[in-house]
Amino acid sequence: MESIWLIPLLPGIGAAINGLVGIRFFGKRLAGVLASFMMGWALWLSFWAFVELLGTEERFHQVTVASWIPPIPLDTVDGVGSFTVDWSFTLDPLSAMMALIVTGIGFLIHIYSIGYIEHEPRGGVARFFCYLNLFCFFMLTLVLGSNFLVMFVGWEGVGLCSYLLIGYWYHKQSASDAGKKAFIVNRIGDWGFVLGVFLVFFTFGTLDFRAVAEAASQMPVETAAVGFGVISAICLLLFIGATGKSAQIPLYVWLPDAMEGPTPVSALIHAATMVTAGVYMVCRNAVLFTHAPMVMEIVAVIGVLTALVAATIGLVQTDIKRVLAYSTVSQLGYMFLATGVGAFGAAAFHLMTHAFFKALLFLGSGAVIHGMNEEQDMRRMGGLRQYMPITALTMAIGAVAIAGIPPLSGFFSKDEILFRTFLHHGVFVPDRVLWGLGVVTAMLTAFYMFRLINMTFFGAYRGPAWGHGAEEPGHDDAGHGDDHGAGHGHAWHGPHEASRWMTIPLVVLAVGAFFAGFVGVPIAFEAVWPWTATIEHFLHPSFVAQGAHAVEEAHHMSLLGEFGLMGLSVLVALGGIWFAYRNYVERPEAAERLAESLAGPHRVLTNKYYVDELYDATVVRGTMGSAGGLWTVDQRVVDGAVNGTGWTTIAASWVSHILDKYVVDGLVNLTAWICGEASYVFRRAQTGLIQNYAFVTLLGVFAFVTWFLVAR
Amino acid sequence: MLEITPLHYSLLSAALFMIGVIGVLVRRNVIIIFMSIELILNAVNINLIALSDQLQDLAGQVFVVFVIAVAAAEAAVGLGIIIAFYRNKETVNIDEIQIMRW
Amino acid sequence: MAEAIVFWTLAVLILGLGIMVISARSAVHSVLFLVVNFLLVAVLYVMLNAEFVAVIQVLVYAGGIVVLYLFVVMLVSLKKAPERYADPRRVAWTGTLLAGAVLLEVVAIVVASSGGGEPAATEGALGAADTPFAECGAGPLVSCNTEQLGWVLYTSYLIPFEVASMLLLVAMIGAIVLAKRHL
Repeated sequence: MESIWLIPLLPGIGAAINGLVGIRFFGKRLAGVLASFMMGWALWLSFWAFVELLGTEERFHQVTVASWIPPIPLDTVDGVGSFTVDWSFTLDPLSAMMALIVTGIGFLIHIYSIGYIEHEPRGGVARFFCYLNLFCFFMLTLVLGSNFLVMFVGWEGVGLCSYLLIGYWYHKQSASDAGKKAFIVNRIGDWGFVLGVFLVFFTFGTLDFRAVAEAASQMPVETAAVGFGVISAICLLLFIGATGKSAQIPLYVWLPDAMEGPTPVSALIHAATMVTAGVYMVCRNAVLFTHAPMVMEIVAVIGVLTALVAATIGLVQTDIKRVLAYSTVSQLGYMFLATGVGAFGAAAFHLMTHAFFKALLFLGSGAVIHGMNEEQDMRRMGGLRQYMPITALTMAIGAVAIAGIPPLSGFFSKDEILFRTFLHHGVFVPDRVLWGLGVVTAMLTAFYMFRLINMTFFGAYRGPAWGHGAEEPGHDDAGHGDDHGAGHGHAWHGPHEASRWMTIPLVVLAVGAFFAGFVGVPIAFEAVWPWTATIEHFLHPSFVAQGAHAVEEAHHMSLLGEFGLMGLSVLVALGGIWFAYRNYVERPEAAERLAESLAGPHRVLTNKYYVDELYDATVVRGTMGSAGGLWTVDQRVVDGAVNGTGWTTIAASWVSHILDKYVVDGLVNLTAWICGEASYVFRRAQTGLIQNYAFVTLLGVFAFVTWFLVAR
Repeated sequence: MLEITPLHYSLLSAALFMIGVIGVLVRRNVIIIFMSIELILNAVNINLIALSDQLQDLAGQVFVVFVIAVAAAEAAVGLGIIIAFYRNKETVNIDEIQIMRW
Repeated sequence: MAEAIVFWTLAVLILGLGIMVISARSAVHSVLFLVVNFLLVAVLYVMLNAEFVAVIQVLVYAGGIVVLYLFVVMLVSLKKAPERYADPRRVAWTGTLLAGAVLLEVVAIVVASSGGGEPAATEGALGAADTPFAECGAGPLVSCNTEQLGWVLYTSYLIPFEVASMLLLVAMIGAIVLAKRHL
């Protein structure tokens, strides 16, 4: 547990080795194995740190590695504070869980990437693994950092790595554009986060999470009656940061575009880890947020709206990765809904289960894309389950899990969120409204996920022909199962199962997605399952201030009501699945008819509510327009002034030159000339002949003697 | 005329002095100019000795000793300069030694 | 009477030799006339009771300096006689005339002052003398004069004497530095 600082450092070392040496010298396999080894090591350390943490009474451990910023005296609200920041890392239930998720999922995705990335050029592979390891380094710093500033290092670092990895295929215009978009949108969020951090320091005089939580717990809760105070302002600013990183309204637009990156990147960054940073940060500051119920309400509303909007967009997308991307946005919305209603444990629980099944789904989609020779359009797939059975099975497990069918993991976490939302009494929003929207979203989720599964793995094959064009699809799939490594550049032999590097992580993740929910079985099942709500009890110390033992909220609900709610959500999910099955498997033409009959809404959804266009018309155009205006001002006025100054200087210096040349030099030369001319007479006396000088001396003697003669 | 007074020595001294001055002014050979200077010094010495005798004061003779010493030094250095100059310019003509003019 | 004869003979010879020194064409001749001139001046010193200075005159001037001149004249072997080249700006003959005028004026002054010049004026000056001639009762006159001069030089004029020795040393070094081709 003392060596938790090694957990982020190991991937960092791996990134340094791969980046400094590997790009030039390492083979593809060596680069991948090195990066995976580092992640495996970090996973091992995280696991042991977790076990050790379970053994301690306090469930909290802080390690200070070094001093970063020495104490600087600064003015704060209550007198002079001392601004000091250490490189310190905290291990508590929340960060331990996050570290396990990041290292565990990250390790699997590193393994998967070895198979996925093997067709890239050699240096590119090392670069890719360098970025991946660097990302894990920053993510673990973010998770384990015990103050806002160390977290901010990781926060910015993962943003940077996200940019690098989305733009990994930088020669593709759309990829580099998407990278820039992600970076810029994240900057807007980071602006809020940084302001929030400033305000935290200004208010509390410290940046340490635990000290801030303790100080905040002493302050009154800023209810609607109390008004919008400083804690509310801090929370709102921090939440702006979270919306950027975790892709919530209005800053979610970068995440779908981020699918331009390699699929393992989408899985690692844009599903399992980085996008959860916002949720993690809100959970980490749970004490602050509970003192700002109005902001909590905003968080909940934003969360549920994001979940709903993203889910509706996801209904009509045809790009397999974009469906998953909107699904991610939607599930993150669920997590924020949970934090907004005060169910931080449920949010973290859903974060964990989501990490499993979304990583699984993304990696599965990567396997599909890989097997389909980089085809991403679901309309050109279909019937693939016979070509890639492992992928089909594991992705189906993931889909069932996300849809919320018991006893898979998604059911437990999502149902916990919905249950807690049902019990929540809002400040402004009427009761049950958030819950109702959540249930609708749950149905939509089940529908679009099974639409994806059905379009990809069931029905007839609609993709391009392969081989010599004469062969029927599926004719010789038996022979294609094992020559997948033959490279796609020159010949494609039809859809095929991925290599073992890729399938093994899929299977492991499928097992995780299946069973992960059992750590959070609802209390209602107490009779049949003795270990209920394990994860919430485990995480609870992270969400309350040290010493202040807040009473856990009792569940004011009869067993019957609770089971009724569960049954309702299961029914809703099953309804969505049935609808998808009917439209995309039984009668594929039904979906098109439905789309035609609802042409208007369909077009709106296909175009993603025109949000990108709206941003383009307002923010981007506005920025470009004002920049153009400023540019014009710069060119005309500033440059004009500068050039005018330049011309004035040149003209003045020309005048000065003339003056200098003719007046000043003239005076100097005149003086010299006068001296020269005036000295002409005297110069004549200087003959250089010694005897003439002697003659003058004698003349003097003569004058003297003559004067002597006359005077006497 | 028959009685020899210090006056006669002074006149002799003055005449010899002027012969030396004329030599300095007229001759162009630097060596001869130096010899003329020696003549001038001798004229001065005669005057000093004569007055020393008339005033019964030895200071005049002491002066002559110093003058002879200085003359010896002057002759040594001056002739060294002539040698050095001759080595560079192949001449001892005073009219050609005029590099100090404007 | 005898003194007058000697004086006048010496005066004529000294002046004549002086003119010969400055007018001789050859530098070697000039040097030889100069030697004789110096020897005659030494005789004049003996007449004026300055035996030691007379000896010094013979040893240093006639024996030392003039030999030095002779060496230099030999060393400087002139390809072109200096008198061939004359700068047009020089004022030689005016100088001769001026020198003659100065001489005439000096003679006029001397002759004019001798008219009223009584030895009485010099008697007063005798008493003021710092280093008077001592009585030389016994011994030859020469040794007497040398002894007195020695006393004066090593007592009253000790420091100037030492300074003169330093001057000679410096002159010696300077002459070596100047005359040597490569240091």
